[in-house]
Amino acid sequence: MPLAYYIGLSAVMFILGIMGVLLRRNALVVFMSLELIFNSANLLFITFASYYQLLAGQIMVFFVMTVAAAEVAVGLALMVEIFRTKNTINIDQMSQMKG
Amino acid sequence: MATILANEANWAATLAPWVIFSPLIGLLLNLLFGLRWGERVTGFVASLASVASFALAVALGIAIRGQHEALIVPLADWISVGSFDVQWALRVDSLSVMMMLVVAGVGAIIHVYATGYMHSDVRHNGDPGRYRRFFVYFNLFILAMLVLVSADNYLMLFVGWEGVGLCSYLLIGFWFEGGAGGIANAKAAKKAFVVNRIGDFGLLLAIFIMFWSFGTLQFDAVFAQAGQVFPGIILAITLFMLLGVSGKSAQLPLYVWLPDAMAGPTPVSALIHAATMVTAGVYLIARSSALFLAAPAAQAAVMWVGALTALLAATIAVGQFDIKKVLAYSTISQLGFMVAAVGMGAFSAGMFHLTTHAFFKALLFLAAGSVILGMERGHEDAGDHELATAGGGHEDAHAFDPQDMRNMGGLQRRMPWTMGVYLVGALALSGIAPLAGFFSKDEILGAAREVSLPVFIILVISAFLTAFYMGRQIFMVFFGKPRSAAADHSSESKPIIVAPLVILAILSVLGGVLNLPGVYWLEHWLEPVLAGNLAVEFELPVALLSLAVALTGLLLAWGVYGKRSLGSPENPDPLAKPMGGLFTAAQHKWWVDELYQAVFVHPFERISLWLAGTFDQGGIDGVANGLGALTRTLSNWWSKFQNGFVRSYALAVVFGMVAILAFLVLR
Repeated sequence: MPLAYYIGLSAVMFILGIMGVLLRRNALVVFMSLELIFNSANLLFITFASYYQLLAGQIMVFFVMTVAAAEVAVGLALMVEIFRTKNTINIDQMSQMKG
Repeated sequence: MATILANEANWAATLAPWVIFSPLIGLLLNLLFGLRWGERVTGFVASLASVASFALAVALGIAIRGQHEALIVPLADWISVGSFDVQWALRVDSLSVMMMLVVAGVGAIIHVYATGYMHSDVRHNGDPGRYRRFFVYFNLFILAMLVLVSADNYLMLFVGWEGVGLCSYLLIGFWFEGGAGGIANAKAAKKAFVVNRIGDFGLLLAIFIMFWSFGTLQFDAVFAQAGQVFPGIILAITLFMLLGVSGKSAQLPLYVWLPDAMAGPTPVSALIHAATMVTAGVYLIARSSALFLAAPAAQAAVMWVGALTALLAATIAVGQFDIKKVLAYSTISQLGFMVAAVGMGAFSAGMFHLTTHAFFKALLFLAAGSVILGMERGHEDAGDHELATAGGGHEDAHAFDPQDMRNMGGLQRRMPWTMGVYLVGALALSGIAPLAGFFSKDEILGAAREVSLPVFIILVISAFLTAFYMGRQIFMVFFGKPRSAAADHSSESKPIIVAPLVILAILSVLGGVLNLPGVYWLEHWLEPVLAGNLAVEFELPVALLSLAVALTGLLLAWGVYGKRSLGSPENPDPLAKPMGGLFTAAQHKWWVDELYQAVFVHPFERISLWLAGTFDQGGIDGVANGLGALTRTLSNWWSKFQNGFVRSYALAVVFGMVAILAFLVLR
């Protein structure tokens, strides 16, 4: 398969992710959209790692997945706390920090 | 004139610094232990310091007797920049020793008097704790005055000059919460300080010019160069000096502070505002005689300032009712005599009058203080003591005024000692032979007759007015019937107050011996310092004229105030009807204060207000406030971006990223 397909898929995933972060109000969906962005980046790493026969790209993917897992753990913990106090996870309700 | 530097063997040189140090020690002791010691010891220490100064000054006088060179006693280096060198050094010569004797001697007597007077005064004003403060200030004054008269250069003289000004300020405002509206005393002190500042500015400019054109401030070095520079420079120096003199010695046009300075306790008026500090200007001119002799125009200016001041102040004194105000204007008038004398070049006559005036004017003020104390006692005994006067000060406009001569009368039976010494002082001031004032005033009149006829006439008229207002005061205060219950119940003061008065009365009687015609002891004593002194021989016509004028003045005063009873205090002055507007003018001090208020103070205040409003609040504050407002507006505007919606932040991040990428790609 030509390289462009992978890049195209990655771009589509990335744009979907961005749209999800910008347009959805549910914090969980926003998180999932973030995962989509990560994975689009991971896909590019893998693609070019196999294309150039270099291991560095694949190693980087593991790092990204680890960090993403940790980030999700922290993020979900925050979500739970926010839900307890506000009874919602609509991120537009969390707008008290403004000038 | 050559000078000798002190060497170790000269005992006068070792003594000289202690003249200055003894009041310093006195004030330090009182400052540290005065609160623990109580009134007796505090007063004793302060008086002892002054007496010690006097004794040392006497010793110095004996030591330098017959010497024609000044003794210079260096104490420490002060400023040494390049070739410019200023030292703390004492100058002991006949002139400075004479001033030391007057300052420390009269000062010692007034200290003793003040121990008694302030005992009553602090209780009358309701704050006995200030007894110590008073004597600390008093010793500080003696210290500053001695620094002034014993300085060997103009800068050190200026230190003393400012020091006495500070003490004057502190002591005028001694009861700073007192006076009309609780602020009059503080205002009087401020006025004295500000007006003196104008004069000090003149003296400072004179010193600057001296430094600029001579490169030195040491007396001998300056005088040696007096004839070698462009005459205009000497003229500028001496005229600026005259401005300083008119501030400190209360001459036209800066005399207005002295009458207000009577807000201070009476010993202060006697010591600072009659006997010593105000004569500093006369001393300055006598000390700088070499400069003034090199500038005849400045001499003429000094003479005219003195003569006109003498006349103006004498006319005002006639219209005053406050016993101390009369004496204050009399002091200004007599200072005018002295300044006129030194302006004519009759330096020794001026210094002679300075000395005798210190005796009899201190006497008059202290006796007036005794009268005031007696009136206050009488007022309390009479039982019509209003509550308003109990808390100190005279807040109530209708409260009894123990200084108003209209409330007095008939005190000669109640206060015989005070009346006796007052009479001596008044006769000495009027110039009745053979009291001290006769000889000194006669010498000035004699010199005036030789130098300038108009000045002579002005001074004779002033002498007549002097006798008249003193006679008026004597008759209003001591003779006739008591015009208030307080006067009827007044009583003689304690011996501690009367004793100094008697000493001063004796000095006022015998003071003329200092420069008795034919002997001229003082003149010969001052000869080495005062080169070019105009010495006047005793002339019988002048003496007879001055005596006749004085007697006429006293007789006229008796005719107006003594012959008939004055009746109630509310009656107008007997002089008001025949003199008409002139008396009103004198009573209102020729509206000079109002004139100054309108011409200088008001425009100045308006300029200040305008500057404060336009430049400070408009300009400076405008810039500061404008910057603040700008920052706030910008912040308000920018803070719209921080709306708290996470997604809009994310959008901003995306836009930023896109912009960066676009830049990188399209570059």
